[in-house]
Amino acid sequence: MKKNETEAPVMKQHMGLKASAAISNTIIYVILVIMSIIWLIPFVCIVLQSFRVESTYIVDYVVPHKWGLDNYVKLFHSNFTRWYINTFIIALVVAVVQTVIVLCMSYTLSRFRFKLRKGLMQFMLILGMFPGMLAMIILYRVLDDMGMTGSNSLPGLILVYVASSGMGYYVSKGFFDTIPKSLDEAARVDGATRAQILYKIILPLAKPIVIYTILTAFMGPWGDFVFARYVSQLKPLGMNVAVGLQSWLATDTMTHDNYTLFCAGGVVVAVPVAILFMCLQRYYVEGVTGGAVKG
Amino acid sequence: MKKYSDLEFLRLSKWERFVYKLVSFFAAIPVGLKNGVVGIGKFFANVFKAIGAEFADLVTTFTKGDWKTKTSYLVMGFGNIARGQVLRGLLFLLFEIVFIVYMVIPGGGGYYLKMLSTLGTEGPSKGYNEVLDTYTMTPHDNSFRILLYGVLTLFFIVAFIYTWRANVKQNKIAEQILKSGKPLRSGKDDLRSMVDDNFHKTLLALPLTGILIFTVMPIVFMILVAFTNYDGAHNGYTNALFTWVGFDNFRTMFSWNVGGVNYAATFGEILLWTLIWAFFATFTNYFLGIFVAMMINKKGIQLKKLWRTILILTIAIPQFISLLYVSKMFNLNGLVNGALKSLGIIKQSIDFWGTPWIARVMVIVINIWIGIPYLMLIATGILMNIPADLYESSRIDGASGWKQFTKITLPYMLFITGPYLLTSFTGNMNNFNVIYLLTGGGPTNAARSGASGSVGYTDLLITWLFKITTGSDTKYYLASVVGILVFIVVALISLIVYNLLPSVKNEEDFQ
Repeated sequence: MKKNETEAPVMKQHMGLKASAAISNTIIYVILVIMSIIWLIPFVCIVLQSFRVESTYIVDYVVPHKWGLDNYVKLFHSNFTRWYINTFIIALVVAVVQTVIVLCMSYTLSRFRFKLRKGLMQFMLILGMFPGMLAMIILYRVLDDMGMTGSNSLPGLILVYVASSGMGYYVSKGFFDTIPKSLDEAARVDGATRAQILYKIILPLAKPIVIYTILTAFMGPWGDFVFARYVSQLKPLGMNVAVGLQSWLATDTMTHDNYTLFCAGGVVVAVPVAILFMCLQRYYVEGVTGGAVKG
Repeated sequence: MKKYSDLEFLRLSKWERFVYKLVSFFAAIPVGLKNGVVGIGKFFANVFKAIGAEFADLVTTFTKGDWKTKTSYLVMGFGNIARGQVLRGLLFLLFEIVFIVYMVIPGGGGYYLKMLSTLGTEGPSKGYNEVLDTYTMTPHDNSFRILLYGVLTLFFIVAFIYTWRANVKQNKIAEQILKSGKPLRSGKDDLRSMVDDNFHKTLLALPLTGILIFTVMPIVFMILVAFTNYDGAHNGYTNALFTWVGFDNFRTMFSWNVGGVNYAATFGEILLWTLIWAFFATFTNYFLGIFVAMMINKKGIQLKKLWRTILILTIAIPQFISLLYVSKMFNLNGLVNGALKSLGIIKQSIDFWGTPWIARVMVIVINIWIGIPYLMLIATGILMNIPADLYESSRIDGASGWKQFTKITLPYMLFITGPYLLTSFTGNMNNFNVIYLLTGGGPTNAARSGASGSVGYTDLLITWLFKITTGSDTKYYLASVVGILVFIVVALISLIVYNLLPSVKNEEDFQ
């Protein structure tokens, strides 16, 4: 290309870039709006259908012909209240105990260098490759021997959720790894014990990951289906919300007489959990982006 | 194959480079496998070497030790107490007493060990009870308990041997310290070290106990169950005992015809679908997630926070609600069919969950709905870390947006998220929730109706396992076999891919 010819195309290119940027932004907005609609539709539908009064089974229209709170009233006169309290208690206890266990585990593996450390981590990696469901068969029988199944499944479920939670240390270990070790060493020089370092220096710095751990631990039991189904053995008093609501849909697969009731239950479960999550979103994002990348 | 140097590689054409990379990828597989096998071999060699060294040390400690040390070989903790470390010594002694009592009492460890080879000889039967004047269960062996406590007893014995060894070692160390003229650590020192030098042991005690009892022990138990005939009809305590059957269950799983059921083909089909599903579930989410993150992050796009918040809804709302509801939306008489009909697009309802290939496509598509938000979050974090000057300089060199994506963004993402992709692939292989809540594994595969657990077209190995254990015939032994095979497949894939990853990271690099 000759020298005097270069200027004009560059100008043109510049103008073209601006125009093409506007076009591509428009396309992106269109895609984002469509995606948002797709993401929101199911949740809008479930709320709308939970207010339907004229029928309780599955139908092919969204907006109720007759509105009312019948489903919610019925909900609170059913076993649902029991399931809700069950799940709430489980979630609270699990959130506390699991956080303590996970933090112990991840802090130790991040900060201490002891003989079996590498071997321990590899061992847990291999353990994680076994389907956890397999263990459930025997744990069910053991819990059954201790009288912690069926209607009385609360302690059993808590035990199952909490006991193996040490295996989920990856995310918070990744976070502890990013806290400079020189802090520990400085404190050691000043005569602090290891325990004091943890309580006085590391934990205050680790607030985001502590909140992340509490949040995920609290949300886990709300969605657990497999273990709760095993341990409760579908006894109404021992179920959590997931098993309970699923049982309403599963009992009659043809007509789904409890369909609107399920919608109402879903809303009652989802709204508080979702609000909690949205409030603590910042910490969740921090945990996921920090922890998952280091894998 | 010929190995090119960097310079030679750069001279190749694009197509030749691709072929070269592909060939070297597959050429590396045997090496990766070999490394894995050699690694396992080395591990066992090291274990045997270590055991040999331990024995040699035991002998020298005994012959060279004083009478306190020698007595400790029989009475644990004696040396500690005699030398003034009362707390340690008492703990050792207590452990030994508990162990011996547990092993010798009737119905204790000794009984379970003896019965472990047969899993019980006397089955449950009803006998006439004169006092109650009815037929009641007579006392009998319980296969389940025997296997469970047998395994626990074996664990206990290993723990005892380890503690006994530690007890001997303590004597040796104490002798050395005393010889050098220093004082031994007192009980108070020991307690202090629990929050200081040995703080890691204190912290790990609780989590590791939980993992040992609630993960390791059940896994060992279930591996053993794969070699028994434990099922609903032989549950070991109310109807009949179960016993060892060797490799019969594995033979069943790999046979073409067992009582008219072709388990090998059933397993093969489900495994194939599991791999296809995991592949699509992982990579659709991965690329679409990056794509969405890039769109939202693009300069000039407003309301970034709103878009993210809307997408995150599928993380915030428990999966069982969203998945169950979406599954019902696509029902024969559900909302989607209703909408399509009223819009005049279709006349007859589409049977989304009743047609095998539609159901399979649907679970992958709906999984995108569930999975994109996670990837969006992860990708957003990484994209922000890519140095902006890389893009600047490439733009000056005249690179198009697409070229920037394939040459900068994607390589960077792949490099950083390589390990994540692997765990996400294996995680998807075991993705119980999405499949079970959406389809329940259905539609039923009529050709495989004889197999245990009513196999369906969208069943993964993990949902099949679940259905076997909750179905009508509860063939636990078959579920165990499936579980072991899942482990083998996941472990193989992880091993191979991990060896092929460009960057096996050294974790210390980050600190």
